[in-house]
Amino acid sequence: MIVAEQKPLEEIAGFIKDCNKVLVAGCGGCVTVCLSGGEKETEILASALRIKRRIEGRPLETVTYTATRQCDPEFIEAMEGVVGEVDAIISLACGVGPQYLAERFPDKPVYPAQNTKFAGGSKAQGVWEEYCGLCGDCILHRTGGICPVIRCPKSIQNGPCGGSQNGKCEISGDLDCVWQLIHDRLKRLGRLDLIKEVAPLKDWSKSRDGGPRRVTREDVMI
Amino acid sequence: MRTFEPKIIAFCCLNCAYAAADLAGSMRRQYAPNVRIIELPCTGTIDQRVLLQAFEEGADGVLVAGCLEGDCRYQQGNIRAKKRLRALKKILDETGLGGERLEMFNLSAAMGARFAEIADEMTGRIRRLGPSPLKSK
Repeated sequence: MIVAEQKPLEEIAGFIKDCNKVLVAGCGGCVTVCLSGGEKETEILASALRIKRRIEGRPLETVTYTATRQCDPEFIEAMEGVVGEVDAIISLACGVGPQYLAERFPDKPVYPAQNTKFAGGSKAQGVWEEYCGLCGDCILHRTGGICPVIRCPKSIQNGPCGGSQNGKCEISGDLDCVWQLIHDRLKRLGRLDLIKEVAPLKDWSKSRDGGPRRVTREDVMI
Repeated sequence: MRTFEPKIIAFCCLNCAYAAADLAGSMRRQYAPNVRIIELPCTGTIDQRVLLQAFEEGADGVLVAGCLEGDCRYQQGNIRAKKRLRALKKILDETGLGGERLEMFNLSAAMGARFAEIADEMTGRIRRLGPSPLKSK
């Protein structure tokens, strides 16, 4: 999932300081799962903004709506009815949501309530960690299903580096050396031969160097 | 000038604080009449939205009273409530309302006198803080 973390209330309130009525838009996708922008968090943010503004003597009216996903045009259509009456939209989706809303409602200011952090998963209740670097050219088949692109701070392709000490990374004693993990797992699988292969130069042209990437599939087009 | 009488909403777990409030009554213990009690099956069911709603709808203070730590009927409910309240206090500070208007207390069903103390303590605190800034706006 995409993991996001809410911006401080002060910052969000600053975006809408001149507005009298706003739409606070949640997203039922990844940010609901990582507990930062679902229905509940949307209502909490709306309430906090209302309280703040009432105390400041400039009451704010809010409308809340949580779309199934903000990254699909059909799910934001339903907001059309309320967008007309508000001065601005606050999106609690990842960075994709505000952009979709801005595109769909060109005359309405759209503000992000979140800082989008990474693609990852939950390690425990309340703890999320980055697992995928979205590099566009997956190499997990030769690293035992453990990604050195994002989980190694140096993104080393033929590791480990000299900083690996007792299975830990040199940047932090809390961080496992991902190449140690890869080694241990391949050993367990009886596939240490994979680690001995010298990896070819990684094709970074499939990563984020050439502007926004696009996936096109004719077979699912209508 | 009319003196300020705080309006305090107390969300009480039925296994402890709610029963303690009942006991305080049976013991004829006097306590501040400013506290309005709402029964919960466990403080672990508390939702931050409900606490915010209480403030928006006119509460000067809100207290959540659950079992003694380690004694929750559902094992972790009161610990979860404590964490949620800690996060909400931070939000209340950011809004300007002030996190000190919200507090968590722990007691057992046998602590009727303690319930009365909590009611008095919270009423005193809110009296010192004054009316909710939301009221005059």
